[in-house]
Amino acid sequence: MLVLALDTATPASTAALVEVTADGLFGVAENRTVDPRAHGEKLAPEITAVLAEAGFRPRDLTAIVAGLGPGPFTGLRVGLATAASMGQALGIPTYGVCSLDALGRAAGPGRVLIATDARRREVYHATYADGVRETGPDVAKPADVAVNADKAAGEGALKYGDVFGLPVEEHLLYPPGAALVALAADRIREAAPSEILTPLYLRRPDAVEPAGRKPVLT
Amino acid sequence: MRDEPLVLGIETSCDETGVGIVRGHTLLADALASSVDQHARFGGVVPEVASRAHLEALVPTMQRALDEAGVTLADVDAIAVTSGPGLAGALLVGVAAAKGYALAAEKPIYGVNHLAAHVAVDTLEHGPLPEPAVAMLVSGGHSSLLLVDDLTAGVTPLGATIDDAAGEAFDKVARLLGLGFPGGPVIDRTARDGDPGSIAFPRGLTAPKDQAKHRFDFSFSGLKTAVARWVEARERAGEPVPIAHVSASFQEAVCDVLTAKAIDACVSNGVGTLVIGGGVAANSRLRVLAEERAARHGIVVRVPRPQLCTDNGAMVAALGSHLVAAGVAPSRLDLPADSAMSLTSVSVPG
Ligand SMILES: [Zn+2]
Repeated sequence: MLVLALDTATPASTAALVEVTADGLFGVAENRTVDPRAHGEKLAPEITAVLAEAGFRPRDLTAIVAGLGPGPFTGLRVGLATAASMGQALGIPTYGVCSLDALGRAAGPGRVLIATDARRREVYHATYADGVRETGPDVAKPADVAVNADKAAGEGALKYGDVFGLPVEEHLLYPPGAALVALAADRIREAAPSEILTPLYLRRPDAVEPAGRKPVLT
Repeated sequence: MRDEPLVLGIETSCDETGVGIVRGHTLLADALASSVDQHARFGGVVPEVASRAHLEALVPTMQRALDEAGVTLADVDAIAVTSGPGLAGALLVGVAAAKGYALAAEKPIYGVNHLAAHVAVDTLEHGPLPEPAVAMLVSGGHSSLLLVDDLTAGVTPLGATIDDAAGEAFDKVARLLGLGFPGGPVIDRTARDGDPGSIAFPRGLTAPKDQAKHRFDFSFSGLKTAVARWVEARERAGEPVPIAHVSASFQEAVCDVLTAKAIDACVSNGVGTLVIGGGVAANSRLRVLAEERAARHGIVVRVPRPQLCTDNGAMVAALGSHLVAAGVAPSRLDLPADSAMSLTSVSVPG
């Protein structure tokens, strides 16, 4: 089963093709651009390129897995809108996974802190033991994150490395496509019902109700 | 397919999620989801709230449009989407989705200009547009006068608001009068019981000194402040505020300026057709006054029905259909959402 994985929860736009078999996963191809302002422009060409590179057409896809964040909202929505529309057009299911979970899973054995940049001097964070989430996901100032791990991964961990005081897995800054798909592998194999892709916002919209009228006469 | 292309249009530039489907000049479906109720308590559109609502609404709205038209994505000749101008985050949801539909269904994509789409939608109701024409687009987000030489190639901006949009002025005055949001329909209603000549509110940028630089530009910020001052003076004097008279006089000031400048634009450019679009085009006084004044100069006024005046997917599909029929090259898959998209490009070049 050919599965497309998309993630735009970090400065990276990732499009990956992964083959899911009854007992395994094989990465077929992966495209990634790191540019926090360009998800809207980069992601779709990356998808066409990754399909063309591997010699497939969109109709060959069986399912789509998308990283639900948490991540900066505007970019995050690009991945989810793209995944949802492709799923609808192709009549195939879409499955959502937590983007931090993909990093946690890829980090392998041990206790690991995953942190990504939430802007406004904050991070999205979660901790994992042997790839399984123990706390989070949450959003906080780096200094307020309770560190209980042996190492860290994610671009937020690199940016605030001195605050966390943990060794950073520098090869693991953005959610890898294969890990995203691995998190949904059971659902893909069972052909579970398609899911509505709702972002893990973790923050409310900034909006204030207007106060009383300001006088204009002086 | 060139003559009667089947085109799907996606619109998410503000608070309406629209998906429309047209075949040539024929409207097959116009599905809409609005987040207007979620913005009401804030007295205006909150961009992040709108963006969240677009993401939720897109897939179901698309499904309703396809069902209504009785077609599938495989049937369409092209997908058009509003590339700009509009709220950046909101536009991006529609553009990303349009790309997903286009690349999955292997269809060409056209990123189009929202303002040009407001003009194109009129052809669904009144047939081909005589060119050149003048278009006046008035809504909560825009107040523009355009010279339309060729709807598929380029549109020349003649003027625009230098501060608030016309619809924004309606919203702000409605809030001031405690009438709620959105302000356009409610002021139109309350104004019916008032005397439009009872209070002399200012007509922005209509003084002789404004002719040189701002002949076709609008300004509604001074009008809004004048209404606020007038109302506050009444309240301070302990007198009741005659809401109907204030509404009627305010509305008259807006409509007077809009129609005077629109007709001037037609006459000075030797144009015989005026198209009015945008949410404020639904205002009853604006329609009457425009037709009265246009008739004196032999100008024909075309106003699409209210559902087509406000933001919708059909307008985007209508413009897309024009572009396909004219053989314009599609945009590329890296087309941007451009919140400040200029009118010199009707579609994003391929
Ligand atoms: Zn509009």
